[in-house]
Amino acid sequence: MEAVYKTPDTMIDTPTHYCPGCGHGIIQRLIAEIIDEKNIKGKTIGIAPVGCAVLAYNYLDIDMCEAAHGRPPAVATGIKRVHPDKIVFSYQGDGDLAAIGLSEIIHTANRSENITVIFVNNAVYGMTNGQMAPTTLLNQKTLTTPQGRSEQCDGPPLRICELLSVVGGSRFIARASVTSPKNIINTKQLIEKGFKTQIQEKGFSLIEVLSPCPVYWRMSSVESIKFIDDEMTKTFPLGVFKDWESQN
Amino acid sequence: MTSTDENKKYLLTGNEACAEAAIQAGCRFYYGYPITPQNEILTHMAIRMPQVGGTSIQVESELAAINMVHGSAAAGARTMTSSSSPGISLKQEGISYLAGSELPCVIVNIQRGGPGLGDISPSQADYFQAVKGGGHGDYHTIVLAPSSVQETADLVYDAFDLADRYRNPVMILGDAQLGQMMESVVFNKKCEPDSFKKEWALTGATGRKRNIIKSFYPVQGELEEFNAKLQEKYSLIKSKEVRYEEINTEDADIVVVAYGTCARICKEILMKNKIPNIKIGLLRPITLWPYPSQVIQEIAGKVQAILTVEMSAGQMVEDVRLSVSGRCPVYFYGRTGGGIPSPKDIIRKIIEIIPVKEKATCAT
Repeated sequence: MEAVYKTPDTMIDTPTHYCPGCGHGIIQRLIAEIIDEKNIKGKTIGIAPVGCAVLAYNYLDIDMCEAAHGRPPAVATGIKRVHPDKIVFSYQGDGDLAAIGLSEIIHTANRSENITVIFVNNAVYGMTNGQMAPTTLLNQKTLTTPQGRSEQCDGPPLRICELLSVVGGSRFIARASVTSPKNIINTKQLIEKGFKTQIQEKGFSLIEVLSPCPVYWRMSSVESIKFIDDEMTKTFPLGVFKDWESQN
Repeated sequence: MTSTDENKKYLLTGNEACAEAAIQAGCRFYYGYPITPQNEILTHMAIRMPQVGGTSIQVESELAAINMVHGSAAAGARTMTSSSSPGISLKQEGISYLAGSELPCVIVNIQRGGPGLGDISPSQADYFQAVKGGGHGDYHTIVLAPSSVQETADLVYDAFDLADRYRNPVMILGDAQLGQMMESVVFNKKCEPDSFKKEWALTGATGRKRNIIKSFYPVQGELEEFNAKLQEKYSLIKSKEVRYEEINTEDADIVVVAYGTCARICKEILMKNKIPNIKIGLLRPITLWPYPSQVIQEIAGKVQAILTVEMSAGQMVEDVRLSVSGRCPVYFYGRTGGGIPSPKDIIRKIIEIIPVKEKATCAT
């Protein structure tokens, strides 16, 4: 009998450390599937961030490098400049990319470094138990916004795709989510497009993925999915923000 | 300059010699941010790297620079960044990660006066930061301190070899004077970057098991085991890589310990025999880590006193005292904030020490 669904070759078959209902496992599996399908396992190098996904190298069977908090785009730049023929991607959370690493992501995009960034937005610092992230929604309660995020005190949530799409050097910028099979398939297509952007040497690509964090949202998995679909997407609309193919 | 001829002498600043030597040593990935007094490194790299097929990026921040170095080192290349004191402070987290990930690279600090924004004059006030770790955690960088333009070039070659040999960051610790002054220099050191096999590097896992470059050891006990391995490496470096220059220490009354620019000034006093009735020796540490403690300890048993001269409020003198360990009095003379000791000041200090030598039982 032919197996129609199996662990991707690039995915190490082991239980993950992620919390129940977390989206990281799905997103990392999608990356593994794409690497298999494109047959680029032996030429792909990944960067793991500080945060929940630091142990991504325990699940992805490829060459990988850790980076200091916020610096994966710089580390990716350093690797890609040495190996322009390899596929280099960074995998980053919202605290890593949108707070401490905002400078690196903007300048890396503007230099149009030929790398792909997978940006996982779960609107909270997960690894440190759920503090406010730059992407936390207004009125969303976190450990450090016990009354809910206030626009007056904390500013509104930072929209990374919108921000990076006006940066001159960015080439492919899109936002997706992993809340339904349809959305997961869409996420996979957008990440594939990011890799294609790099393989065809078009320059910088970033795919933001809205991802549930039930434990630190203090919600059930089902409620978390609903929160993304009903609330997060109002602030972070899904879609393609910039595409070199349609720009000519 | 567009190329180098190994038989030719060039008139260059220390900064330019540093940059050119890095290229000659096989460095092809340089990342830097403008800061005085090391800007000539950046501008030299911007001209020369494209000529040799290398990469030189003027980055958005010192953090980006050191982390690009992290990436290129992880990818197996010879890579370098440079800055001056405030910029080097910014790089410290990255240097800790490089040491923790055992990545070879070269970091150049052309020191200026501090603390804070300080000034752009020569200083040696980053000694503690350079040799005691600088960033977080138990680690060391190998620290090389040149005292001329030629030695700057020569030590840059050696820095890349040492970095690759020990998989460890190496720092060149210069200062504004060494970086800015011009002297003749030849680039004739032989260098074989390819002789270091980097099987651990990230090159894409084709035909081998995948490689991971990391410094995170969350499982209880693993980090202690890794630290033990690092300490073993540091012991090996201490036993094999100590370098220093010793002049007239054999029958000296007093030995001056100084490095870099201060050592040049002290050497002038010795060479010109400026105090004929006092025998002065010089011990010039070339490696500041590992420190030449053994030789200083031996000297301490033979002299009446040791004088440490620095462009700081007294930093290296602590390592001198640890090495001497009470065997003789240790004196200190220093200038701070961009002040440079003059031969006259040092001579005055020496004359002050020697007549009171019998009374001097404790260090001042």
